[in-house]
Amino acid sequence: MKVLVPVKRVADYNVKVRPKSDGSGVELANVKMSMNPFDEIAVEEAVRLKEAGVASEVIAVSCGIAACQETLRTALAMGADRAILVETDAELQSLAVAKLLKVVADKEGAQLVICGKQAIDDDANQTAQMLAALLDWGQATYASKLSVADGTIEVTREVDGGLETLALALPAVVSADLRLNEPRYATLPNIMKAKKKPLDTLKAAELGVDVAPRVATLSVYTPPERKGGIKVGSVAELVHKLKDDTRVL
Amino acid sequence: MKSLIIAEQNGGQLSPMSANLVAVATKIGGEIDLLVVGASGVAAAAEQARSYPGVTRVLTSEAAEYAHFTAENVAPLIVQLAGRGYTHVLAIASAAGKNLLPRVAALLDVGMVSEITEVVECENRDTFVRPIYAGSLLAKVRCAERVRVLSVRATAFPAVEAGGNAAPVEAVAATGDRGKARVVGQQLVQSARPELTAARIIVSGGRAMGSKENFHQTLEPLADILGAGIGGSRAAVDSGYVSNELQVGQTGKIVAPQLYVAVGISGAIQHLAGMKDSKVIVAINKDEEAPIFQVADYGLVGDLFQLVPELTQALAAARS
Ligand SMILES: Cc1cc2nc3c(=O)[nH]c(=O)nc-3n(C[C@H](O)[C@H](O)[C@H](O)COP(=O)(O)OP(=O)(O)OC[C@H]3O[C@@H](n4cnc5c(N)ncnc54)[C@H](O)[C@@H]3O)c2cc1C
Ligand SMILES: Nc1ncnc2c1ncn2[C@@H]1O[C@H](COP(=O)(O)O)[C@@H](O)[C@H]1O
Repeated sequence: MKVLVPVKRVADYNVKVRPKSDGSGVELANVKMSMNPFDEIAVEEAVRLKEAGVASEVIAVSCGIAACQETLRTALAMGADRAILVETDAELQSLAVAKLLKVVADKEGAQLVICGKQAIDDDANQTAQMLAALLDWGQATYASKLSVADGTIEVTREVDGGLETLALALPAVVSADLRLNEPRYATLPNIMKAKKKPLDTLKAAELGVDVAPRVATLSVYTPPERKGGIKVGSVAELVHKLKDDTRVL
Repeated sequence: MKSLIIAEQNGGQLSPMSANLVAVATKIGGEIDLLVVGASGVAAAAEQARSYPGVTRVLTSEAAEYAHFTAENVAPLIVQLAGRGYTHVLAIASAAGKNLLPRVAALLDVGMVSEITEVVECENRDTFVRPIYAGSLLAKVRCAERVRVLSVRATAFPAVEAGGNAAPVEAVAATGDRGKARVVGQQLVQSARPELTAARIIVSGGRAMGSKENFHQTLEPLADILGAGIGGSRAAVDSGYVSNELQVGQTGKIVAPQLYVAVGISGAIQHLAGMKDSKVIVAINKDEEAPIFQVADYGLVGDLFQLVPELTQALAAARS
């Protein structure tokens, strides 16, 4: 079973991003970029499936600019077997990514795609579901546990009221939530080994997919700041404030 | 304009957040249809839905294949209904809504806008505001698609009051079981406490609670006296102090209660993303530099194991 893991290059989650000075977008010049944290979890899960003998091959895919190769190298260092860059300089939104991933999934004959639950830059939380729709496969989003046996995948999902377990016939699309696993760090020897693993490039423009953005960003700005409050000196003072200054109690 | 609201229902109980969706559709203007599906209880939920002011009609579909609201089965129904000329399709940005809507959008071949917090006044009602980067930035976006598929952050749109309407109810044919996904298990947490997204007061604990026992022994009495819901940071959930559906933050529940009490939570941006729109925030933390104090209206510096029982007692005393 071939497993495809889409990985996105995003601003590192520790970085405090700012709007561009003209408000037209997000300032990403000189910002540290990393693999989307949910995608690290997805890679880890795929690699574990390989180690357990369930997956035959783990293929990491990233759509975007040439620099996404770094993200793919990280996936390779974590244990993916090979990588594919779907290269374009165009702005990609979830629907476009899903269309590109569909082409790759078809071409590779993937039986399972494990996406991240959401990209922490646009916080869209769309791509996995869209890809499942385009492929006409089942979807199991927000996975916190999964197991594969006899052409079926069982996925425990984090839902509004607790947990739900789904059984899907393969092929299927899964999206990884935070508690699916704890991703390993890429060790130095594995980083060295990753340099020799295959990384192919496809030109997005040659895949016959319309990737034009469907949603235009008109402006990006910082939300109004919460007015800083005060420190109270004692529990008694806190109770007094809550009862008399605010009406919440 | 013509909006289709995808409402959630459970055992004949319409999700109260449907009223927030009606508020959004009212801002959009024009006709408002509301869809209720399920394997049972649909009529009872529709009865509640038709009373919301402004609702034009309630569409219902009751069939076994809608039992668990699986996206594979529900999306084709919405796609079929989209033929009725809806300009907007809306659902709450709940786990269920976020699971479903992108599948609908892709089948309609339209882009989608997630977690809107504002509908901008404009001719085509195609411009929205939404948080990005865990809410540290806001983006104003225009979606010029023929159908605007939107998930809605409920806390940003005050609910309309039910009553004063009796919209007609129309049953629509179900679209069948696609046979893609089967629910084989459910662990739904039953709690006597108010649900996080509806709670007026929330008491939340973080990693500092140290253990599940500590978490509950320390926070339950406080929550009891306040009639509060209980939440937790990711660290608290990952450590098993509280169950997953109680996580507040970027990837958990987004809440905006009247009062949010953060206990032993540092205030990482991903946590703030879920609670910084609360009316009043109280933080208890032994580190006076903790970022949570930057958003807290009232900060109490010190050891939570001493301060929380003290606070509980003081509230009890004040009450009697
Ligand atoms: C992709 C991604 C998504 C995430 N999503 C979420 C999310 O949805 N929600 C979320 O909460 N986090 C989320 N996180 C995690 C987030 O970054 C933080 O790691 C997490 O919120 C920290 O939890 P905490 O505040 O409980 O723990 P810590 O950061 O460890 O803070 C513990 C605090 O307790 C204080 N303390 C310790 N002992 C005491 C005591 N005796 N008395 C008083 N105070 C004490 C300390 O001073 C400290 O400030 C996410 C992270 C990533 C990367
Ligand atoms: N440009 C991209 N390249 C590869 N995978 C992506 C890309 N964008 C999104 N994804 C995948 O889709 C998931 C959800 O992204 P999103 O829908 O943008 O929140 C991510 O966690 C990735 O697994």
